[in-house]
Amino acid sequence: MSAELTQFLLTGITIGAIYALVALGFSIIYNASQVINFAQGEFVMIGGMTTVSLVDGGMPLPLAIALAVVVAAAVGLLLEKLAIERARGASVVTLIIITIGASIFLRGLAQLVWDKNFHALRPFTGSTPIAVFGATILPQSLWVLGVTVLIVAALGWFFGRTLLGKGMLATSHNRLAAELVGVRVKGMLLLAFGLSAALGAIAGILTAPITITSYDVGVMLGLKGFAAAILGGLGSGVGAVAGGLALGILESLGAGFVSSAYKDVIAFVIILAVLFFRPSGLFARRSAERV
Amino acid sequence: MSLLTVDGLSKQFGGLKAVNDVSFVIEPGRVHSIIGPNGAGKTTLLNLLNGIYAPSEGRIAFDGHTLNGAPPHEFAAAGIARTFQNLQIFFNMSALENVLVGGHLRARRGLAGALLRLPGRVADERAYRDAALELMRFVGVEAYAAAPADALPYGALKRLEIARALAARPRLLLLDEPAAGLNPTETAAIDELIKRLVASGITVILVEHNMRLVMGVSDHIVVLDYGKKLAEGTAAEVRADARVIEAYLGAAQAEA
Amino acid sequence: MTVWPRLAQARTGGLAVLVLVIALLPLALTNNFYYEVAIQVGLNAIVCVGLNLLIGYAGQISLGHAGFYALSAYTSAILTSRFGWPPGAALVVAIGSAGLVAYVVGRPILRLKGHYLAMATLGLGIIISIVIATEDRITGGPDGMAVPPLALLGFPLAGERVWYWVVGVMLVVAVWLALNLIDSPVGRALRALHGSEVAAQVAGVDPRRYKVMAFVISAVFAAVAGSLTAHYAGFITPAKATFLHSIELVTMVVLGGMASTFGAVVGAAVLTTMPQVLTALKDYEMMVFGAVLMLTMIFLPRGLVPTIGAAFARWRK
Repeated sequence: MSAELTQFLLTGITIGAIYALVALGFSIIYNASQVINFAQGEFVMIGGMTTVSLVDGGMPLPLAIALAVVVAAAVGLLLEKLAIERARGASVVTLIIITIGASIFLRGLAQLVWDKNFHALRPFTGSTPIAVFGATILPQSLWVLGVTVLIVAALGWFFGRTLLGKGMLATSHNRLAAELVGVRVKGMLLLAFGLSAALGAIAGILTAPITITSYDVGVMLGLKGFAAAILGGLGSGVGAVAGGLALGILESLGAGFVSSAYKDVIAFVIILAVLFFRPSGLFARRSAERV
Repeated sequence: MSLLTVDGLSKQFGGLKAVNDVSFVIEPGRVHSIIGPNGAGKTTLLNLLNGIYAPSEGRIAFDGHTLNGAPPHEFAAAGIARTFQNLQIFFNMSALENVLVGGHLRARRGLAGALLRLPGRVADERAYRDAALELMRFVGVEAYAAAPADALPYGALKRLEIARALAARPRLLLLDEPAAGLNPTETAAIDELIKRLVASGITVILVEHNMRLVMGVSDHIVVLDYGKKLAEGTAAEVRADARVIEAYLGAAQAEA
Repeated sequence: MTVWPRLAQARTGGLAVLVLVIALLPLALTNNFYYEVAIQVGLNAIVCVGLNLLIGYAGQISLGHAGFYALSAYTSAILTSRFGWPPGAALVVAIGSAGLVAYVVGRPILRLKGHYLAMATLGLGIIISIVIATEDRITGGPDGMAVPPLALLGFPLAGERVWYWVVGVMLVVAVWLALNLIDSPVGRALRALHGSEVAAQVAGVDPRRYKVMAFVISAVFAAVAGSLTAHYAGFITPAKATFLHSIELVTMVVLGGMASTFGAVVGAAVLTTMPQVLTALKDYEMMVFGAVLMLTMIFLPRGLVPTIGAAFARWRK
């Protein structure tokens, strides 16, 4: 393997891990409510921006990170409580527009709380590149990959082993049945928004030292996360991770070998091609339509 | 000359053969019923007969033409219409418009004419509406013509589906549990409606759990069990068949 | 029979109100800026009336219609300014090519459902916008490009007051076409697909054919508005091709009320004028805009026109 290819793959996996975290957020909310939350990217922004300003204010990094995740999760809970829950029974498209409204609102709010400038977060542990197979990787990228692996493992345990996680899955499969066996569906929705927001925030904090953050950084990241979730198959955890990594690697290879202007075009053309052959994504949950 | 020939029809879902090597012949102008215990494959068979599912094996020939693997709208064009066990109403439209959609294949469907409302289209619309109202009267739901479909009671929706199916002027009508959820009076009215349909020259395939209805209207009955054809014949023949009694009527009596 | 005249009334009544509003509005338009906003409302309304046929009636989402809008706008711009075509001919070719692209990509894409279709159309729009922004030798890139004025029967169309009437007439025509379509066998087939795809198929509706038809019609409406905008403004930038613009268009349709042609017009009017009004709020503009959008959809989930229409019907009883 050439050093160049290794380099592109390493870059791709790093950005792909971020997409995977955002995609997981989309999938968790989709499972709980059938809603595509277009404000998912704003959670990413809130995570990054809050950490930056807390650290600038003199707070130690670990504390700032914890607080930023809590802030984002609180925003997620408020979004569910004040908007999504009140609009129950509305059509899916209406709910999507509500989340679009929320995303505009949050961006507007961020402009006021912070500003329209770019901000950088200091890397967690230095910025000396580490050599790997003839290529280099930033220590921050290792943080991104390590934390993503931990989170994916934790989510797998949560949904596969704990009663709460299983309750959330049950709610996504059949709301009424879950309610009948005693799952508190309302609580599950709330939990889904809180969890997704926290995931988004973590993604935003991890990537802030690499990509720089600003009030509208969530637009593009949200979009990519949505694309990754769809590519993998909406609602599938494995799909979200695979979709995120695939999208990141595609972009990185496209930018490296073809053209950086056209990296997104390459990625979207491939997504369209995949959907043509697998209309419900790579890891679709198969279910026959009953009439 | 038979209207519909089903030959060695099978449908496999994963490891499950929901319909397994079923063959029968539908004669024109009669009422044919498909019966069997829950899960016997009746609705799957019906879904095969109008193209909602493509068969895994076997052949469906309607009026001499093989329709295997054709999409549902081609089955419709060939002259097969149906109703649904779980109502499939266009709830975003009025009751009358539901019936108008049923007449889709009979209407002038040119895009330019529709966009520009060319002369003649207004008269066309009037004619379509008159015909649809006539059908609503035929099944007894004309009172709801202007109402949005979601304002109709359940029994009326079942009839609305029949009116919509009739609007295609089908030669073969598949009725999937038309009496399910209806009270005895309403069921008797469906019984009478089926007889009027056949009298008007339409061939009917009926899937139904209500044995009184089935035995009363059917000229010919196909019994399914675990996806296979267990028996077929007239109501009397089927009722006398020991295997049927064991597999189905026995179970039904136990249920009752 | 009471059904038929009542439907006819809603049609002609609504159309008459629209014509009246367009005819009388200039009395309230006291300066050129107001005219500009009104023209922009009209152009967006044309897109929304078409998009509503796809989203509201046929039940298929598109998050990529800014792509068709921009494709047509740029085709007009490039043919006239780079190749010296007469604007009229360029307009026809531009709209036709947007329709053709919609047809070619619509066939594979419309097999997808729901959020997958949303993603695919979003991707399509993004691809178009990136190509426009990147191929700067032809399109001028992010800086945009100039577009020569449009002429009608030899008279160049210039000035807000002339354009107001051009756009007004086009909007009335667009609404008339949409209303005609909805109450025809074709329109009912589209609505049936939304109501129950399987029942529509069983009634003989070929889903692919009708979904693609709605997609192409809506793309053509967007293309008409796109090309007209290019000529009216005399300048275009890739901003109109972005997915944010696509989402803005869908938001107009949903806010006004899905499956309501007049709702699409009202949605376009509200969301086009609101930012103009909100600029007075300066830094708070974006926040208030988002909040208004959320609150409207939470409390009027069916959209402005259907909700108000239902309230009015109750009141008349």
